[in-house]
Order: sequence, then structure tokens, then C-alpha cells
Amino acid sequence: MSAWETVIGLEIHAQLATRSKIFSGAATAYGAAPNTQACLVDLGYPGVLPVLNAEAVRMAVRFGLAIGARIARQSVFARKNYFYPDLPKGYQISQYELPIVAGGAIDIVLEDGSVKRIGVTRAHLEEDAGKSLHEGLGSLTGIDLNRAGTPLIEIVSEPEMRSAREAVAYMKKVHTLVRYLEICDGNMQEGSFRCDANVSVRPAGSDQFGTRAEIKNINSFRYVEKAIQYEVARQIELIESGGKVVQETRLYDPDKGETRSMRSKEEANDYRYFPDPDLLPLEIEAAYIETVRAGLPELPDAKAARFVGQYGLSAYDAGVLTASRDLAEYYEAVVRAVPEQPKLAANWVMGDLAAALNKEGLEIDSGRLPAEALAGLLARIADQTISGKIAKEVFEAMWAGGERADAIIEAKGLKQITDTGAIERAIEAVMAKNPAQLADYRAGKDKLFGFFVGQVMKATQGKANPAQLNELLKKKLPG
Amino acid sequence: MISGRTSYVPETPMALTRAQVENIAHLARLELEAGEIAQFQQSLSRIVDFIGELERGDTAGVAPMAHPLPGLAQRLRPDAVTERDEHELYQRNAPQVASGLYLVPKVIE
Amino acid sequence: MIHRQTLTQLAADLRARKVSSVELVRAFLARIEASQPVLNAFVSVTAEQALAEAEAADRALAAGRGGALAGVPIGHKDLFCTAGVRTTCGSRMLENFVSPYDATVVARLKAAGAVVLGKLNMDEFAMGSSNETSYFGPVRNPWNTELVPGGSSGGSAAAVAARLLPAATATDTGGSIRQPAAFCGITGIKPTYGRVSRYGMIAFASSLDQGGVLAASAEDAARMLREMAGFDPRDSTSVDAPVPDYPAGLGEPLAGVRIGLVREFLDKGLDPEYERCVREALAVFERLGASLREVSLPNIPLSVPAYYVVAPAECSSNLARYDGVRFGHRCADARDLQDLYKRSRSEGFGAEVKRRIMTGTYVLSAGYYDAYYLKAQRVRRLIAGDFERAFGEVDLLMGPTTPTAAFALGAKTADPITMYLNDIYTISANLAGVPAMSVPCGFAAGLPVGLQIIGPHFAEQRLLHAAHRYQLETDWHRRIPERFA
Ligand SMILES: [Mg+2]
Ligand SMILES: [Zn+2]
Repeated sequence: MSAWETVIGLEIHAQLATRSKIFSGAATAYGAAPNTQACLVDLGYPGVLPVLNAEAVRMAVRFGLAIGARIARQSVFARKNYFYPDLPKGYQISQYELPIVAGGAIDIVLEDGSVKRIGVTRAHLEEDAGKSLHEGLGSLTGIDLNRAGTPLIEIVSEPEMRSAREAVAYMKKVHTLVRYLEICDGNMQEGSFRCDANVSVRPAGSDQFGTRAEIKNINSFRYVEKAIQYEVARQIELIESGGKVVQETRLYDPDKGETRSMRSKEEANDYRYFPDPDLLPLEIEAAYIETVRAGLPELPDAKAARFVGQYGLSAYDAGVLTASRDLAEYYEAVVRAVPEQPKLAANWVMGDLAAALNKEGLEIDSGRLPAEALAGLLARIADQTISGKIAKEVFEAMWAGGERADAIIEAKGLKQITDTGAIERAIEAVMAKNPAQLADYRAGKDKLFGFFVGQVMKATQGKANPAQLNELLKKKLPG
Repeated sequence: MISGRTSYVPETPMALTRAQVENIAHLARLELEAGEIAQFQQSLSRIVDFIGELERGDTAGVAPMAHPLPGLAQRLRPDAVTERDEHELYQRNAPQVASGLYLVPKVIE
Repeated sequence: MIHRQTLTQLAADLRARKVSSVELVRAFLARIEASQPVLNAFVSVTAEQALAEAEAADRALAAGRGGALAGVPIGHKDLFCTAGVRTTCGSRMLENFVSPYDATVVARLKAAGAVVLGKLNMDEFAMGSSNETSYFGPVRNPWNTELVPGGSSGGSAAAVAARLLPAATATDTGGSIRQPAAFCGITGIKPTYGRVSRYGMIAFASSLDQGGVLAASAEDAARMLREMAGFDPRDSTSVDAPVPDYPAGLGEPLAGVRIGLVREFLDKGLDPEYERCVREALAVFERLGASLREVSLPNIPLSVPAYYVVAPAECSSNLARYDGVRFGHRCADARDLQDLYKRSRSEGFGAEVKRRIMTGTYVLSAGYYDAYYLKAQRVRRLIAGDFERAFGEVDLLMGPTTPTAAFALGAKTADPITMYLNDIYTISANLAGVPAMSVPCGFAAGLPVGLQIIGPHFAEQRLLHAAHRYQLETDWHRRIPERFA
């Protein structure tokens, strides 16, 4: 056991999937030409005022309900004051003392299969900042304010994670959840889902927190893991060599695989929060909360539990299949078509299909192989038209050519031989062709049973029903 | 990270030190010349002394009031895109732009 | 003489085609031009545009169309954004700022047919009580050009007092409509917070700012306010309530109206001549059937310190957007980003604006927030509570608008507190969000005296009605400085 314990808390920023911005009617679409989606309100023009987007509120409430949090009947928008070129007004409208969501928890599954509950301190609504561009501008920085004013929900965890792995599991779970709730597209390359990690170490067994460093704006699961691992090692080494961790903001450099201090952000740390006088307290009525609750989808944990009960899957498989709403929906569409084969369906979805999608970098909702098509293949396995082995061949053909399983089986003549007479004839032919092996087998060399299975399969181009073949061989080989 | 806000009641009368004035000016991104610092130190101290009179208000159990109208709640806007691209018009007021970007001296992170 | 007509009369004459808008605009533009070297009431005069608008108004009127103010010349305080016309807020920071949009107030008055003659001078970012902080030079008081007109809406007040315009828009954060109205001998109304949209009104202190009117009479103010007021979906603090037809309610008798004289407004700082004028005015109301009593608002003495925490706090944040990046003044040859920020802001803002930004930064900063900002917000509630209690007993509160008459230019610039205390009677209405007016009620040593009338939330009609009844009995509001008669 290490002498040090790691303590991690995450702040996740998820962009809410609204059409317009949180306080203005400008579009939130990604990738537009610079400043073409920055209206007067987003630019902080003199005289303009913010008006809150109803959909951003609904999405935040959805999230709060999904994690069992309290939805504040009254929450307050505050100004966080600091100067930065991507922050047009010189303040960010956020929530400080009274956030819309407080409390709640998220369960993660640890490597040993046990479940750990991570507390969520709060989640608040706020506006995103713009972007600074440094490339190709020489001694200048260019400011694009298209992203300014995009609604965010900042989800702040308790410092309850104890390893980089746990942090990643938590972040993935939140990622799953926001996509289930359809409140965030989860696109990490585009910055729709990113995280700040507060990392500290302390002597194992201590109940005091060590000094933390905040690693800013990490936008991939892999980087979160690597950044934390690096940071933990750095802090331990620092302390063990007699140094002291300083509270600071750090940046993870994925190219170098290290974190470094961001001194520029440290300077103005007095944010002078105060209630935004341009916005009134946000009041949420009980009836509204109930309406939002009624519209919640089945959530990942509940869905996984149902998969275990209804389909007899293992907890692990159920977890994998419910990691995204699309994947779970796909799986259930397959099962609806082959209701007797939930495990077979799980194996194929998680196995061959997942591998094929992965290879081409596709998502389950790409439409590359419709659920009915996969179900068509599984139905032929189930009714013994083809063997599992032949099925792999059929699957590959389906993937490559897009035809349905039946058409491929028909065209390639892959239909399984289940006619006892035909199999018997094939066995007899193989026995006649291999008298030496037959003699050895009969003399007690049991291992040769496999040889005969192989030879008959070869003779039937793999189409002999394996179970029938086994039974008939057992009857015929002994003579 | 949400940082805590420590509170303490300043002693009155309390003149602001030069360093305090410089720190406030920095937070507010104002550059003061030497003479100005002395002037502001004096007038801000006067003001700080003056607003210290608030202490005389008996506010035990009185909730802070952020808005002058009681009982009003935030109104919500439907989630609709109502704005068009007007960046050329909006950037006419900008001191320095190129390719649609607002330009500032290089920001180092 | 056209310029001596009230806005009400001019609107009627325009509608009756007794006078054309072009005639009116020409006449007022000539007066503006002649006055400008003396009063400096305008930052920008939009003569060409005004004549074009006047011609359009005349065509509309000839066709039997046109809004309630069709063809009536007005001016806007230079913090209302006007599309295509520069909006400076009295600051070097916005010396060359041309708004791409119209403030809601500007758009509404345009829709009512009013013709805009120009943008009126003001204290920089509305911070001041004397109009001396304007980057475009001080405005002078038409009654005595050695004196200040009051502020921050000094340009609007001086222009109306000198009859360069029949009416103008203005804003009031701590008295910026009422105090200049009193100093210049005209009528001004600051409506209930939320009654008039703040969209496009460049912010000073968002929870206190309210747009209103400066005019020659309560009746004229009512006509303007009817067009300006009303719900605006672009301002979250704008109130969604129907706007009464203010001019229509101006006839009722005052019998039974309960008036409270605010005891705290008769403090030792009050000029005795002022007190005499105010008591005489109250006697007129009594004669008209109103009942009178003294009322105490015990927390009023704390209103100035509370205001000088809340307003600077909000302004320090509101003015952070002036950073030399998207609009406004930018310094030359910035070494780096911090240099760009600091020099652009230091060059762009004047001393009083810097002082308030720094005060606000200080009261919000770590360690001081509770002692100053939160404390001021609590005191604010006490003050609002005082008004609420008072309006349980009386229908209107009255008292002087200012403790003294207009003072000399430069008299109060040395010490900010002396200047701040000039708003001692007006600030509390902003803190409580209640509507308040100033109407001329006499002269002290040859200078106008203002009577302040305060009502409960959304009682604008009651205020305008009382002021109008008073103006039917008196002629103080008809007095015009000799030089501009
Ligand atoms: Mg944060
Ligand atoms: Zn945040």
C-alpha cells in the first residue's frame, strides 16, 4: 500500500444542447465563422441586457432530478468579475451562493465490481466564454466570441475520488448521464464536455486535505487519467523531497504528458461575486419540477438493473449495454426481434458488432448495420439454419455488402445440414477415407474424435449441425 | 472552484493605504499616475469612512435586498434563435479586427 | 412664440395642422444653435436627420396618420443608444461610439412620431450631480450660467428650462432627473423601477437606474411617459403590467388625498428659504382638499452611504466591458494585454468614474463584501420598509427635492462627499424603487426650488395627477429664464 492517498474532486462543464444562447437569441451551433454568432448581448454591448433561456433551466432541472439532487425553488445569478479578452462583459454570469441544483450523487462501478457513490456538491447554470486564437496572428491574439453565452451546467463533485481511474469512471458516468438526458451532445473534441480536476495528496489515513492544484480544461477521458496520474506523482515527489504543494491553477499539456503552472490565471483571483442586478431570482415551482420529472427517460442505472432482471444478463454486460442510450435502444431492438435470445444478442452487440464499429470509428447510431439486420442473423443461429461459426462469415458479408443474412446464406449456400441421413452419409465417407485413424480411435485414442469432427465439417463446408454431428459420430465411430 | 469568502468588519475610521489603492486600481484595470494615487487614496479614504456610517443601521435579522421590487421572479425566454449574423456592423466600433476576429496583444498562457 | 408652448399644446397644434413639424424643428434648432456656446446642453445635434424626420411627420399628419407625438421635437440624454447616431454617455470612452441599435425608449418615442433634435450632455456615465464630469464640458444653468444645472441629466434639464426643446428623456439613478429639474425650474419624473425599459440605456447602476422625463409641466411629462413606459421582453427587470393612460387621468380633485411631509427631509442641511417654499406648496395642496401630516422615515439618513456602496459596486462591474477590445477608446501602442486594459480605461474614464469604479471594486472585494456590500443591501431593505410603512398611512410623500439651490461651477468638486450629499433627499426613492417627481414650487434668491413628490410603486398616475392639480393653481412651472424667454 502506498503511503499517500489521492483526493480528487471534479468540476465538469457540460454545454447544454439548446438552440440559442443562455441569455440571448444567438445560435449556439458549432463551427461558424468567427463572431457570426455573437449578438449584441454576447458582445456585452453598452445598454444590452440578459434574458434567461427557458430550455437551459429545464435541462438543469432534468440533470438535478436525474442525480437525486434538490432543485432550488429559488436560485440566483451572480456576476463573477475578472478581465480576460474572451470574457466580453468583464464578468461571467454564473450562480454562486444559490445554485439551481444542490446535493445528489452518482454511482460508479470500481474495477472489483463494487459500486461507489460519489457525491455531487452542486450544479449551476452559467454562460461560456469565447475563444482566443493564437495561430498565425504574429504578436496578436484573435478573439472569437461565437461561444460566448453558450449555456453551461457546471457539475461540482465532492472530493471523493481516490484514484485517476475513479475520476475517469465518474466523468464517463456523467457523460453517459447528460447524453441520456439529451441535455448535452457530449462532444469532447468540440469542447461540449470538459473538466477541471482538483487534485491533492495526503498521508494514507489522514483526515486532513492536502493543498490542491486545479488542472483546467481537460477534454478527454484519457487526458484526465494521465493528467491526474502525472499530478499525483508530481505532488508526492515534491512533498517527499521536502517541498510544498502550492494552491494554483495548472494546465495539462498532452504533448508533453505533464501539467504546468498557469500563472496568468492566478493574478486576479478576487472575483467579487455579487447578485446580477440585471436578472431576478429564478423561481421554480413544484408543479414544474414534477412535469420535468415525468419527462425523464429511464436512467442508465435503472436500465442496467432491468437488463439484468429481464434479460438475465450479468451486471457487467448490462453496464456495457446501457452506457449509452443508443446502444441500449439498439440492443433492445435486436432482442425484440429474437426475444428468446437475449444473451446471444448481448454477445453479438458487445462482440462482433462493437468490434466492427470500432474499427471504422463509427457510433452505434450510425445506421451502418440496422438492429433488424443483426436480429435477422441471430434468428438463423437460433433456428439452427447456420452455426455460430458460419454466422461470423455471414456477419462479415453483411457488414461488407449490406445484404440481409438470409440472402447471404441462400446465395452462398451456407444453410446448415440438419438432415440426419446426409450427415450420416458424410460420416461414412470420412470413415472410409481414413481407415488408419479409425483403427487408432477404436484402439482407444479418444483424441481422434476431434479429427473426425473436423473432417466431416470440412466435407460439408462447415454446414453440418455441430450438435447433431457430435451425437452421430459418438454412435458411429465405435463401430 | 468556488472559493470561500472570509468576512471581517473593518475598523473605522480607516484610511486606505497606498498599496490598497494600487491593488484596487489593478483589480479594476486602471493605471494611476503617482499624483493620482495620492488623490485617490485621500478621496477613497473619505468615502470609505463615509460609508462606514452604515454600521449605525440596525440590520439584525434583515435580509439583503438586491432588487427594488418585491416578489418579482426571473422571466424566461423561449429557446429560439432570433439573431442574425451582423458582425460587420457590430465590428465597426472595434479598434482592431481581422478576418472577423477582435485583435488584442498576444495572450500568453 | 412657438418655444413657449407646452408639448401638449404643440402636439395638438401639429395634429390640427396649425403648425408644421418642419417649422417647429427649424425654430428649436435655431435656439439650440444660439444657446450651445452658452449652455453646452448638447453633445450632438442631429439637424439634418431631424428635418428629414419632421418632413416625414408632416406627411403622416397630412394623411391623418402619425402617433401621439407626431412631429413633436424632443432630445435624448446621451446614454440612450440611438442607431446610427453616436452615443457618448458623456465619456471620452465612447467619444466615437455609434450604436448599431435603438434603445427601447428611443424606438417607442420614434414609433409615437417624436422627432429627435439631438443627444443631450450629461455627467460621465451618469455619475455626478452637477454635469461637471462630462468629457464634453459642463452644462450651465439657464437661470445663471455661473451655476451648475444639476446632474447627471444636466443637458436635458437645461435644454428644457431654456426651451430648446419641449421635453427630453433623462435617467435617474440617485436623483439625476429630479435634482436637475429642481435646479432648472422644470418638471421631472422618475418612474417606478421596472416601469420604463432599461434596454439600450447605458448602465450605471442596474438596480437603481430608471429612465424618465424632463418637461415643462406634469401634463407634458405624462404625455411623454405614456409613450415611453411599458413592458419590454428584452429587459428582465421590466414589469409586465398595463400602462395607464397618464394624460387622461389628470382631472380628478385632490379631496381626501393624504400627504405625508417627510420629517427627515427637513433636517439642518435644508436651506430655510427652501423650507418656506415647500411649506407654501403644501398649503396649496391642503387648500385643494388634501390632508397633511408629518411622517418619519427613520432610516433615510443611511440612504446616502447605502447608495454609495450599491451604486459603485454595480458600476464597477457594469463598466468592466469598456476594455478597448470590441468598442470604445483604445490606447495607442499597447505593450501587452494588461497595458491595453489599463491605459485604455485610464485614458477613457474621467476621475469621478474611476473613483466610483474603485469604490465599487473595494466594497465587493474579498474581506469587505459583508461589511459594506451586504450591509448596504440590508440597509436598503430597511429604507424600502420605511416607505412601505409610510404608504400604509399616506398616499403621497412630499418634501424638498434638494437641500439647496443650484451651486456654482467648481464649488463642490474638491470633496466627493459634499457633492454626494446633494442627493440626500432623492437617493432613497431609487433604493426603494418607488416613483418620484420634482415640480417647481417657488424661488429662493432668484433660483428655482423643487418640490419632491414620492408615491408607492406604480403610482405614477397619482404623482402626475397631484403635480398637475398643483400646476393648475400655480405658475412656477411657466417661468422661463429671462435670457431664454
Ligand atoms: Mg469552476
Ligand atoms: Zn464554470
